[in-house]
Amino acid sequence: MADTTTETPLVDVRHLKEYFPVNTGFFKSIPLKAVDDVSFQIKRGETLGLVGESGCGKTTVGRTILHLYEPTDGEVIYDGRPIKTKDDIKWFRTKSTMVFQDPYSSLNPRMTVSDIIGEPLDVHKMYSSHEEREKKILELMDRVGLNSEHASRYAHEFSGGQRQRIGIARSLAVDPEFIVCDEPVSALDVSIQAQVINMFDELQDQMGLTYLFIAHDLLVVRHISDRIAVMYLGKMVELADAAEIYDHPLHPYTKSLISAVPIPDPKIARANKRIPLQGDIPSPLNAPSGCPFRTRCPYAEAKCAESMPSFDEVSSGHFVACHRTAEINS
Amino acid sequence: MTNNPLSMQVDLDPNDFLPASEEEKEYMVQMRPSSTFFRDGCKRLYKNKVAFISMIVIILITVASIVLPMIWPYSYAKQLGNQPGRPVDPSFNNLAPMEYSVSEQERMEAGESVFPHIFGTDSSGRDYFIRVVYGTRISLAVGFFASIIVLVIGMTLGSIAGFAGGRVDMIIMRIVDIIYSLPDMLMVILLASVLRETLGPILEGTVLQTIGSNIIALFVIFALLYWCSMARLIRGQILSLREQEYVLAAETAGAGSGWIIKTHLIPNCISVIIISTALQIPNAIFTESFLSFLGLGVNAPMPSLGSLASEALNGVTSYGYRLVIPAIVISLIVLGLNLFGDGLRDAFDPKLNA
Repeated sequence: MADTTTETPLVDVRHLKEYFPVNTGFFKSIPLKAVDDVSFQIKRGETLGLVGESGCGKTTVGRTILHLYEPTDGEVIYDGRPIKTKDDIKWFRTKSTMVFQDPYSSLNPRMTVSDIIGEPLDVHKMYSSHEEREKKILELMDRVGLNSEHASRYAHEFSGGQRQRIGIARSLAVDPEFIVCDEPVSALDVSIQAQVINMFDELQDQMGLTYLFIAHDLLVVRHISDRIAVMYLGKMVELADAAEIYDHPLHPYTKSLISAVPIPDPKIARANKRIPLQGDIPSPLNAPSGCPFRTRCPYAEAKCAESMPSFDEVSSGHFVACHRTAEINS
Repeated sequence: MTNNPLSMQVDLDPNDFLPASEEEKEYMVQMRPSSTFFRDGCKRLYKNKVAFISMIVIILITVASIVLPMIWPYSYAKQLGNQPGRPVDPSFNNLAPMEYSVSEQERMEAGESVFPHIFGTDSSGRDYFIRVVYGTRISLAVGFFASIIVLVIGMTLGSIAGFAGGRVDMIIMRIVDIIYSLPDMLMVILLASVLRETLGPILEGTVLQTIGSNIIALFVIFALLYWCSMARLIRGQILSLREQEYVLAAETAGAGSGWIIKTHLIPNCISVIIISTALQIPNAIFTESFLSFLGLGVNAPMPSLGSLASEALNGVTSYGYRLVIPAIVISLIVLGLNLFGDGLRDAFDPKLNA
């Protein structure tokens, strides 16, 4: 799906930063650098997978792109238009939506399914009559595989997978181009995950959607993504095509992540060596100097503590942020 | 294929493993009729016998206090012994329950039917039953309207504090803390006596004069002092609801603050609001009775349950029932509303029951 021509990207994120102030006492606060200088582009019709361990800022990237959080610095350019003023954001809201992780807390328990799905329509007043609204909602429910009899029911009457379908139907209501999927399947069990993932695939084919797919399950991400970005402690460390990043990971952190993916064949699994990481992810309040990964990196040396490595394109479409890329991978 | 005689293999019919047809799937789907949160709550409330009986008692008392004064032949302020053009008839004063005055007995002997004084009359010859009914009406009205004032102020300030957060939240909550730290009853008594002096002349000649400056003062007191706990409660609710993902989803859809408050926050804390309002009413009634008992309540000749009890104290040795009757009515109302409020809470918000 991803073509390599140099058309303008649908979403262009430039040097995005999101700092949250954390109070450490009376009138004192220090910034928590949840997202620190992240840049990437997503082409129209493509799926960009975003992986990383808990607390590395994946979700914050998704929410900041949608301007649910006001970015501290940097900009988001959507379809050639920078998102800055209130009008930009209002326009952007009809183009982009979000699917949430928790299918339980993301649906209002006091609203019927049709009201939940119809909420974006109500907010943007995207219908002229009550019948049109009804028709549109039933269409959306049909699209995600929900029975039309479910329209007047409440969210608590459904299973996790069905609830997630309701959430997806809601995100499709405004006929968006770009959807941020924030771990949409991690709260579901495996068989339901497969159904929902396949539905994302089908919807993309039918409606020409563009996804930013946030997850921590590498197999899921590999299945659905065209390109994959890896984040560590608020920074992007590697970005490449899905196959490329699995076959030739360049960053030591990505290598370790890929080696941890279970392989359903004991012979191959035994032959593969796991690369365990030492220690825990450092607190983003007290991030290490230079490269954020150096405290756990088996290849760290003096210069890693001095400066943050730049995010360079080492081969076509393969970006990595490491001082020692060449030495490690030779 | 020959089976090993020792194996546990079972012969299975492949026909048992055909995929189900659409009709068969339909048959397996069991759906109970859709039920809303409100209907579930009502069902639970109905099952709670104590709360249900309390509700009936409260409804009966309320209806009686509204309807009875309209159809009763005596009025709460009329001194029956004081007939125009005739000398005062003292035989109307201090009648025992179901007793008749001299002139009434004469009329009954003449064949006329006379409506009985069920609870007798008071020291000025006024029918005591209708005074108790009227007092109940005043007490209920004060309780109800005071709670609404508390609700409106508490809800507005609480939701502003919870939703705006930051500095606004801090200022409002510090005001709440200050009001909390003042001694309640002292403030009530001081305010009541000050407001009576200042409000009295302003109200002269207006409709509000019949209600009396004291009732107005009472409402002002409630508005000033009693909104704190309501504001705290609602702020807490809003704070926790704001973090729910469906609020974020509404923001993603481009909804403004007004929309989020209206469709997500208020409907989700409405049960807490109703419950605490129901529990606020007996509190208000109790405060009103207590102020009236101290002589800071309604203006004479308007009765309230508290002032009736207070007046009855003078003749408590001879006419003890005049103290007991309003006391019983107050107890019934306060107990009934409290039990009903508890039942409401259990039915609609099991989490609050701590």
